[in-house]
Amino acid sequence: MDIELIQQILIAALKTGTPLLLIALGELVTEKSGVLNLGQEGMVLMGAMAGFAGAYYTGNLFLGLTLAMVAGMMMALLFGVLALSLNTSQVATGLALTIFSIGLSSFLGSSLVGSTIPGFNSIAIPLLSDIPFIGALLFNQDILIYFSFVITACTWWVLHKTRVGLTIRSVGENPHSANALGIKVIKIRYLATIFGGAMAGMAGAYLSLSYTPMWMENMSAGRGWIALALVVFASWRVGYLMLGAYLFGIASILHLVMQGFGFDISPNLLAMMPYLATLIVMVLISSDSLKQKLSTPMSLSKPFDPKLH
Amino acid sequence: MLNIQPRIESSKAMVWCSPLIAIILTMLVSSLMFILLDVRPQQAFEVFVIMPLSDSYNLGELMVKAAPLMLCATGLAICFRANIWNIGAEGQLLIGAVVSSYFAVQAGEDAGISSIMLILLSGMLAGAFWAAIPTALERFFKTNIILSTIMLNYIGLYTLLWAVHGPLADPQGYGFPESAMFAEAVMLPLIQEEGRASVSILIAIFIALITGLVLFKTLPGFIVRVYGEEQAAARYAGFSSNKVVWGVMLFAGALAGFAGSAEVMGPIGQLIPSVSPGYGYAAIIVAYLGRLNPFGIIISSLFMGCLYMGSDLAQIELGLPTAITGLFQGVLLFFMLACDFLINYKISFTSKKVFSKPLKATLINNI
Amino acid sequence: MTALIEQGLILPMAKSSLLELWNVSKIFPGVIANDNVNMSLNEGEILALLGENGAGKSTLVKMIYGVNKPDTGAIFWHNREVNIDSPNQARAMGIGMVFQHFSVFETLTVQENIELGLDKEFVDQLSDLRQEIVEISKKYDLHVDPDRYVHSLSIGERQRVEILRCLIQNVKLLILDEPTSVLTPHEVSGLFRVLKKLASEGSSVLFISHKLKEVTELCDRAVILRGGVVTGECIPAQETPESIARMMVGSETELSENYPKKRSEESIFTTTYLTLLPTNPFGCGLTDVSLTLRKGEILGIAGVAGNGQEDLLAALSGEDTRADKANIVFAGKEIGKLNAGARRKLGMAYVPADRLGQGAVPEMTLTNNTLLTNTTALIKNGFILGSKLKALANEIIVDNKVKCHNQSSQAKSLSGGNLQKFIIGREVQQAPIVLICAHPTWGVDIGAASAIHRQLIALRDQGAAILIVSEDIDELFVVCDRLTALYEGRLSHIVETEKTNIEEIGKWIAGGFIQQKEVDHA
Repeated sequence: MDIELIQQILIAALKTGTPLLLIALGELVTEKSGVLNLGQEGMVLMGAMAGFAGAYYTGNLFLGLTLAMVAGMMMALLFGVLALSLNTSQVATGLALTIFSIGLSSFLGSSLVGSTIPGFNSIAIPLLSDIPFIGALLFNQDILIYFSFVITACTWWVLHKTRVGLTIRSVGENPHSANALGIKVIKIRYLATIFGGAMAGMAGAYLSLSYTPMWMENMSAGRGWIALALVVFASWRVGYLMLGAYLFGIASILHLVMQGFGFDISPNLLAMMPYLATLIVMVLISSDSLKQKLSTPMSLSKPFDPKLH
Repeated sequence: MLNIQPRIESSKAMVWCSPLIAIILTMLVSSLMFILLDVRPQQAFEVFVIMPLSDSYNLGELMVKAAPLMLCATGLAICFRANIWNIGAEGQLLIGAVVSSYFAVQAGEDAGISSIMLILLSGMLAGAFWAAIPTALERFFKTNIILSTIMLNYIGLYTLLWAVHGPLADPQGYGFPESAMFAEAVMLPLIQEEGRASVSILIAIFIALITGLVLFKTLPGFIVRVYGEEQAAARYAGFSSNKVVWGVMLFAGALAGFAGSAEVMGPIGQLIPSVSPGYGYAAIIVAYLGRLNPFGIIISSLFMGCLYMGSDLAQIELGLPTAITGLFQGVLLFFMLACDFLINYKISFTSKKVFSKPLKATLINNI
Repeated sequence: MTALIEQGLILPMAKSSLLELWNVSKIFPGVIANDNVNMSLNEGEILALLGENGAGKSTLVKMIYGVNKPDTGAIFWHNREVNIDSPNQARAMGIGMVFQHFSVFETLTVQENIELGLDKEFVDQLSDLRQEIVEISKKYDLHVDPDRYVHSLSIGERQRVEILRCLIQNVKLLILDEPTSVLTPHEVSGLFRVLKKLASEGSSVLFISHKLKEVTELCDRAVILRGGVVTGECIPAQETPESIARMMVGSETELSENYPKKRSEESIFTTTYLTLLPTNPFGCGLTDVSLTLRKGEILGIAGVAGNGQEDLLAALSGEDTRADKANIVFAGKEIGKLNAGARRKLGMAYVPADRLGQGAVPEMTLTNNTLLTNTTALIKNGFILGSKLKALANEIIVDNKVKCHNQSSQAKSLSGGNLQKFIIGREVQQAPIVLICAHPTWGVDIGAASAIHRQLIALRDQGAAILIVSEDIDELFVVCDRLTALYEGRLSHIVETEKTNIEEIGKWIAGGFIQQKEVDHA
């Protein structure tokens, strides 16, 4: 294979992997605090719709981005009110959030379908972008991709090197003990959930303002769900998560690659690839179930009611 | 002062009141929304509630929509009762539709009742097979059933698209993504003079009744309920988890597959990309609204059919986007989850003197 | 003068009061957990808070530690009224607490655990937390490596982590909630040394227990709670265990009696070299467990939690069918591969460790919970025999004096003791040939506990073989005919109860039998 093709594939993988990375990063923090939010798909859609609407009506992409994150956070807050304050089943509430958000984003965005805007442009970082091969890959991207690098690093640092991270992990392992030590379990869980919403919103903005600058119903196409599998794949570790996101990115552009090589396969069959890849990955990671058990936050998806203790 | 207290025993009355309160709250919120959209709430009520029920054609359409919902929701309810989060009814329905269409397009006008049965059976088997994949993955590799069923929904959807664009496309269809129309002989019998409602609604009601009986009055039903409440208790009692998981998943898959066959062999009459307007997902809401109780699901699926019908009419009469159905469904589900809070908690308005004469101390252990 | 003080004839200068509770009450839905409790604690004093399960001890100390707030009443600290709103505030005042179910985090290191229990400001002002941990653990003989993960520590070591967490911030009042119930006797004496040293330095200790012997050994004074009310106060050294027990349970409750031991020869249930890998990532599994259970006897397995009890119970009951077919033999039949239902059909019954969630389905009614282990008798052609089931459920409730609203009450609405009476009643009613019983009276009040003991003895006298797994050595000595100990998944010899004593079993549950066994083999 010639080097240019490899570079093109890697750039495409980076671009398709970034929304997955953002969603999964948010969900990872949420899950570390013991909350399983299955509403990622819905929050991404709300983010995409709000982001596009914001940018379209104001002409300001950053306002759109902010609006997308706010929309994601509002959805996460809604999830929090039900699952954390009213102690509803986290699984059911997450599904409900997705169903609700699909409906709401389609409804609110119905007049935007078909409109276009100019999306985020690539920003070449001087000098660094001139490095052969790596330069174009890593240092000539749009601002959201740079953001994703920074946020990944920050998330790792906060989770593993700060007291805030220690608190989040303790709440996810044993809320009863954390409560007895005076840690505000529900507050920490709210914050972690809302962070997840902000990240999902940002991922939505990436889709509708950068990846394909337009709005379409259901445009996230299951990325929220794939990101959930990605968190498990990464065993709740930030480093693996980044790697996994780009691997999934490659898997989802595989059909483009194959078409590029001149394979004549129905586009509908090729479109199954990312979902099929997710299924296969889920099977592969489960072979080491003891390790899986150890890395799963121990109180994941179990409700906690401080009033009862 | 608002006082919230956990209940010692779950409230049975609230189990059934909660969906009613949720429906009322949804109606209030949607009235507000209609006012914002410049539609008079009375007019909206007329379109969403009165019109679907007022003439026999609309009533038939309501049943057309209720039948697949009822079938899928009955299967899902049993899965959810067993605490197995099968979200895959949509994919199972689509695969059922594809496979039965494959057989149905080959049948000629001379086909008899046995062909109909066989085609229906093929749809059920296909649905059950589609449900067997995530089940096997869960049993052998412990994969998460929520994610695997959702992935299979997407794969099922692309299988349908592939089928209507390729192998099952009508050779005389001018490249439209549709199969040929099926022969009259393999269509399900209708139950009304004008309109499209077929026997599938009767079959769906029958299945729901039988399922309810099995769930509440027999050992297999009891085992499913125990397994869903507490797996440790099921293991303690010696109930086999394999039987439960395989049983409920294959059952749900077969019902969803049947719903798919009945759609293409009934109201639609051919395979088209939009076989299902999200019945498989809406069935999750229907199952919850019916309290995961097959008897309740009969009512809740008729209600949801009415909502679907209403949105169709609202698009014509009021010019509202069809996305409004999804929005209503989401709002309804949210309110219901929130109202379920009342099953386990008691809210009372009290003055400050709450603790003057407390209840007799009977339950001191385990605080 | 000093001699007189030592003899207790002249009181030394009254020490200044550290903590006082005035008419403190706490009410939970349907329960008065504490009713107008008055109590005081002086500096340098070790005070016992005595009471049986459910007397309201834990609720009371949680209010002192700021986890719960009192509904009425006042708390005084150094003679000044205080509102303790949170554990953080309690810690800032100098109150530390060691919880009954330790509040440590298994996936974090010792140092991280200690850091979480300290206030941020406190950690910031320390120059080096790690150094501080090492120094304090040296001073008090509480050795733990700050970098180890808690899941790799024994229960005793985990408790040390909790105590260290309190000591590191100069605790003035240390509260310990049932600290000894999970420790070996050796570990208990180590703990007592630490507490006495603390008291000698002027700190106070509030020690919750229901074990009278320990209280006599350690505490200066005892306050007794019953049903949320203070029923007495005494100097333990001047009382007998019986007189304190009466204060704890009231005059009307029947205390456990002495049961004659029985001997029998005919074995009915055996395991041979049963070896299993742990199911829980932090567990220890089973290694070469061989035991013989005889008809008409009660065999007790002593041991501290986390030594393989869960794996052993699951293997014996059939919840875990990984054992080889021939590893477990019941009435001449190899049953290693049969599940719990199949074993029950052969005549076994099982009272599990976890009542709510294993022995009973919390959300289901008592009627349905009766069906849980009676599916053979109450099902015909797949259909549930409704009226027969209701009659049986009612019989179990009435015969065992289960306090509940009626048979449609949900299992979760029963108190722990009543639910245990129901479950044991349900299992005993089936007249099993072998009954496996885990922690029969754990968390149960004394009255219910003696009822359960009598029930087990009666079943034994009918000729059934009973195996009891318990952490409570005293209980095992009361009811068992033969005893053995489980340590890290290995089983000691089986001895007749009359030929051993608590000290020996105490050594065995700490692994003392392993060397002995090796000597025997040599």
